[in-house]
Amino acid sequence: MAEDLVNTLADLKEQEAIKIVTDRLSAGEDPLEILGDARKGMEIVGSRFASSEYFIPDLVYSGEILKSVTDLVKPKLTTTGESKKLGKIVFGTVAGDIHDIGKDIVVFMLDVNGFEVHDLGVDVPVQKFVDKIKETSAPIVGLSGFLTLAFDSMKETVEAMKAAGLRDRVKIMIGGGQITEEVRTYTGADAYGKDAMAGVTLAKKWAGVK
Amino acid sequence: MEKQWEEMSSDEKQEELFARWMSPKDPQGNDLKFQSAQAEKAYKERITRIKDAIQMKKLPDRVPVFLLPSFFPVYNAGFTPREALYDYDKCCTAFKKLVADFAPDVQPGAVMPGPGKAYDILDYKLYSWPGHGVPPEQSYQANEGEYMKADEYDALIDDPSNFFSSTYLPRVFGALEGFQMLPTLTGILEIYGVAFNFIPFGLPPVQATYKALFEAGAEALKWAGAIGGCNMEIKAAGFPDLWAGYSKAPFDVIGDTLRGTRGVMLDMYRQPDKLIEAMERLTPIMIKMGVGVAKMNGQPVVFMPLHKGADGFMSDEQFKKFYWPTFREVMMGLIAEGVVPNPAAEGKWTTRLEIMQDLPKGKVLWMLDQSDIAKAKQTIGKGACMFGNVPSALLALSTPQKVKDYVKKCIDVAGKGGGYIVSNGAFFDHAKAENVKAMVDFAKEYGVYK
Repeated sequence: MAEDLVNTLADLKEQEAIKIVTDRLSAGEDPLEILGDARKGMEIVGSRFASSEYFIPDLVYSGEILKSVTDLVKPKLTTTGESKKLGKIVFGTVAGDIHDIGKDIVVFMLDVNGFEVHDLGVDVPVQKFVDKIKETSAPIVGLSGFLTLAFDSMKETVEAMKAAGLRDRVKIMIGGGQITEEVRTYTGADAYGKDAMAGVTLAKKWAGVK
Repeated sequence: MEKQWEEMSSDEKQEELFARWMSPKDPQGNDLKFQSAQAEKAYKERITRIKDAIQMKKLPDRVPVFLLPSFFPVYNAGFTPREALYDYDKCCTAFKKLVADFAPDVQPGAVMPGPGKAYDILDYKLYSWPGHGVPPEQSYQANEGEYMKADEYDALIDDPSNFFSSTYLPRVFGALEGFQMLPTLTGILEIYGVAFNFIPFGLPPVQATYKALFEAGAEALKWAGAIGGCNMEIKAAGFPDLWAGYSKAPFDVIGDTLRGTRGVMLDMYRQPDKLIEAMERLTPIMIKMGVGVAKMNGQPVVFMPLHKGADGFMSDEQFKKFYWPTFREVMMGLIAEGVVPNPAAEGKWTTRLEIMQDLPKGKVLWMLDQSDIAKAKQTIGKGACMFGNVPSALLALSTPQKVKDYVKKCIDVAGKGGGYIVSNGAFFDHAKAENVKAMVDFAKEYGVYK
């Protein structure tokens, strides 16, 4: 049964996955174990995305199935399980830019790859990044942006980290529709990722994961 | 005797639209009076150059160069986007300055910022605009949402026009909520239908909605007067604008406007048949929209901003099933009526190029952003003219020399044998003026066909 849930979720079979979860819950199974299997299924989704077998619609749909599963399981949870995390990352779309599709994909991929992602959302003021980095001591920061205005917002965000004395403690990656190496130099970030997988590779490298 | 439109072949219709673009009219319907004989000559040379590039029948005198930014002209004139949306004179000044500064073969016209006050009156929710949801010094941005719910496909398919007026519009315009209370007007058939169907128009929310419509309409008219005059002046100075109007790929109508990205992607799984049926229902409407503006404005090129079909947004299989069929059908419908569809493939569409080359030759004008230009030349470029590929980041942050190097590479790779136009690849806001100038000037210098 465990394998069934992992695979039905990975294969994006919504109705079957929900039925398995309902059955397992009524059989009195440990909800944490069910969630663990769901997570394994999502990891497979992530690796299929990484190998270009899955694309954004498939990620969106898997997220929706996971949400249904979590909604079923949550009321039965007595303790919250702590899954192992590779490291903390503060992530957000920079000030003035409200685009979220690209950011959400990278956050999703970082999450299924085992990172604890603090997603600050879109149009994130510079100070909010600084505060969150201080609060979480996250060593990795991701700045997303779609418009050309984001180049300056990214630069200002990086400078604010410098001013707050955080720059040496964090590695900063940037990404988004029009981002190039030239933009990276301009903003003072450490690296840029051309897609979500590049972001995961960078994060793993910086977190010292093989 | 001249042939009637209905009697013309699609080739003849395209020729007719190019001919009308070549000889523009003023608002009274008389021949446009150019600023000088020189301006008229320059205008006609530009249209000829663009036409040769698009039709691919003969080589133009040189590679044309387009300049089609988003809010760059406004910043370049020292204004904020907020000012461009609310002070039409400033908007006009900015777009006139664009052609004076850079003299491209094609410019966007001053329509892009639009009338801010009309959006205020209507309480528009699909976009945040400068000073309303985004800071005054920034560009407008879209707020996607499920403005059409997952279970409303049947209502859309059954009667798209009524769905837009009674369901969609009240959701995206706060001031148009009264539209929800309106009857279907096809119910007014006989004398006994009249009174009942007119009751809603007496209700206060409906009357408030009409009041907002009148006010927004008056503002739009004021804007059209100012911007129309400005566009006419730019044209009279010798600079054609590219677009007669716009249409869209049906998948984007649903994904951008109605259901949002998340919504349409879930529909691909949960109700693929309904999604496809709705796109097929929208196809003739999108064709009519493009043909209508082209004939009304006497210009062949119709803009089609593409979004949700880009690389990564779906697999090639999903693209072939959901995005391409109705997108192609809209283009074929436009082509049949002499219109030149101008799909703007912002972002990267490299894996789609082979699929998208299945179109008749000399009928389409592609805008490319980050797609592989060499591969594009070998695929869609065999049968269609392409413009773009100069990156926003290069224009914003680089040096004139690097811009020239990039433009040289584009012309070397894509300019061979015609069918390529130098241009920015995405609709940019921020750029260094000297970089934009380098793009335009170098294209004129290096792009001459010998």
